[in-house]
Amino acid sequence: MLYRKLFIGSHAPFWHNGSGISARSCNIILAVMPSVIFGIIQYGPSALGVISLSVSCSMLWELMMNFLMKRPVSIGDGNAAVIGLILGMLLPAATPWWAVLTGSFIAIVIGKQIYGGIGCNPLNPSLVAFAILTLAWNSLLDFDEVLVNYDLSFYMVYPLGALKHFGVSAVSDYNIIDLLMGRQSGGIGSTFGLGLIIGGLYLIARGQIRWEISFSFLAGIFLSSYIFNMVDPSRYAGPVFHLVTGYTLICAFFLATEDSSSPVNFIPMLLYGLMGGALTILIRNIGAFADGTVFAILLMNVANPLLDKIRPKAMGKRKEYA
Amino acid sequence: MVKKPFFGWGGPKLKYPVIKRDEKDTIREIPLPQKASILLNRPFSEFNTQLIKAGDNVKTGQRIVFREEGDEYFISTVTGTVANISEYIGYTGRNYTSIFIEDIREDRWDNWFKNVSDRDLIGNSIRFLRSLPGKPDFGGLINPTNPPNTIVINGIDEDLLVKTNQLSVINDPEGLAKGVVYLREIVNAGRIVILVPPELVSDAEKCGAEVKVIDPVYPHALPKIVMKKVLNHVVPAGKTCEDMGVAFINAEAVASLAGAFGKGVMPVNKFVTLIAKDGATMNLKVRIGTPVKAILDHLNIITTHGDRLVMGGPMRGKSIYTEDMPVSYDTDAIMIQDRDKIIINADIPCVNCGECIRACPAKIPVNMLIRFLENGLYMEAAQEYDLLSCVECGLCSYVCVARIPVFHYIMLGKNEIRRQKSMEAPNALP
Repeated sequence: MLYRKLFIGSHAPFWHNGSGISARSCNIILAVMPSVIFGIIQYGPSALGVISLSVSCSMLWELMMNFLMKRPVSIGDGNAAVIGLILGMLLPAATPWWAVLTGSFIAIVIGKQIYGGIGCNPLNPSLVAFAILTLAWNSLLDFDEVLVNYDLSFYMVYPLGALKHFGVSAVSDYNIIDLLMGRQSGGIGSTFGLGLIIGGLYLIARGQIRWEISFSFLAGIFLSSYIFNMVDPSRYAGPVFHLVTGYTLICAFFLATEDSSSPVNFIPMLLYGLMGGALTILIRNIGAFADGTVFAILLMNVANPLLDKIRPKAMGKRKEYA
Repeated sequence: MVKKPFFGWGGPKLKYPVIKRDEKDTIREIPLPQKASILLNRPFSEFNTQLIKAGDNVKTGQRIVFREEGDEYFISTVTGTVANISEYIGYTGRNYTSIFIEDIREDRWDNWFKNVSDRDLIGNSIRFLRSLPGKPDFGGLINPTNPPNTIVINGIDEDLLVKTNQLSVINDPEGLAKGVVYLREIVNAGRIVILVPPELVSDAEKCGAEVKVIDPVYPHALPKIVMKKVLNHVVPAGKTCEDMGVAFINAEAVASLAGAFGKGVMPVNKFVTLIAKDGATMNLKVRIGTPVKAILDHLNIITTHGDRLVMGGPMRGKSIYTEDMPVSYDTDAIMIQDRDKIIINADIPCVNCGECIRACPAKIPVNMLIRFLENGLYMEAAQEYDLLSCVECGLCSYVCVARIPVFHYIMLGKNEIRRQKSMEAPNALP
């Protein structure tokens, strides 16, 4: 064959800032590592088993869907691993294998792939899976019930459960610092508040998640629980307690900020976060569930396309094109 | 290539280059090539091949009429023999004609322009200067029926890494001042503004135009951003700056006017910034029509299979597929990119990360726009998602995490809308 020198032809721009989906996923995985490792140390091999099974099953489901739908193999972008990892972080250490398998199936297949894969999911896949697991096998995710055989060095009653069933007096024993340092029962990777905050701040500093959502979600939690607490301190716990218990912190930094299901404009991001936070507290304080974070964020995911209609006026926008 | 910084939560901040004073002493002149080609912004079908054909000898600066109706002409920039005239299809299917000239000899100047250049400024501009280096469509500005109310002289280049206009400002301030005087007379515009980065204010003040300093961060030198930030006049979506009575011209073109009318020399050379594989830049003075290959050969720059050659800068240039492409009146830069440094676009859908929203200077909802463009819904894209507000800076593609060729989609969409409108125009109600 005659050798011909050929040049790459493409459209401008010829520069790219080098960002990519794989790097983004790697950063998220790196950011959750402190709390995941903490959870594994705390709960032992069974926690490692749940996390590993969740990640590997998610990737396998993704691969299977790639083949079934005749699409290019996409497990390399790390998105399936992130979804599986975050689902694993939400689950308690004693979750049976079949529940993890089912959960990862729901997350990847029903939560993501049937909409068309990455970027097309209207709801956060990990949360879809977790919500369906909660509704289907409520007892599996009742931390007081499933973690009954664990005797760690701290008070093993799930704080939000205690608050729900026994009122504020039952949670007055919890020390905020202990809660922040992970000395509370809960999901494998969702109790070590300090680790989650460090990971979240890392992602914000790297520009990998949108800080507006995280901060407004935390502000929403704080403000609404503060109002409840002001109205009746004997029935409703204080804002700081709500900030460091349940799924609040993992949600603020890793669940609410999921790219595809959250808004991108400034005002919608603030509204999304604030309303998500307020909904969480409403469900926690007057709803049926001990922790409302999951359903609050799923509801806000549904509202996201509507919220994102609030956007700045483009330069030179005209009536004919309005 | 400027990468995303390790810490970074805002939009990208890409700085324009700043020229150093001594760079005007290191301009490298590229010798005359053996072959040249002149790329003419006219379809081949308009060409009367009786007036100019293969085998004709042409002289440097010679005015060659290619169509009698309308007295259409081009200027030969070299002395040689015409080898071939052929059609060339360029960006978005635009038709060009390319005139290949072989057997290039020492310059023999055609003296017609020199003999008449000291009288009838406007008439001679129409007759000889329809294209200037840095302003290929200068013809449209000469004594128009609707003169623009403002002329903006670019003393800074629109694209990154390119220093051609800055070089023209520092190279010959007196020439630029004279050019401004001629320009005022030829175009009859009320206001002439020159845009410069802060470092060149003292040079620009000598030229007699109103000096406006711009923040040297991309894309502040793009026409529509200049209109908004400097002239405080937002261009409505779908309109051009010319529609608003503002014309843009490069400093190089203004300086070449001074050479033409002051010294009687037809402008046939062009400043070109050469951007090497390592990002280093070099200022060249090149004869218009010189193929890229001749320039690279002279400078001993080797390209290999899989590299990318770009006419223009990194954000808004156009990639070329052959080294035979000539330097044209609007070639401000030539960029060579190493094949290992090229980031290829992907076909992953938008992941809604919001980077483009932070980067867009026109506040376009790019995340929604791209969904419509990918599905060919161009009219909806224009009506609902501000396609026509785009200032064409390319930052959305630059920051895209999914590496979608957003800028390509946008230009395709704009072109399709233009085509649709021109097809509908004959059927429109009066």
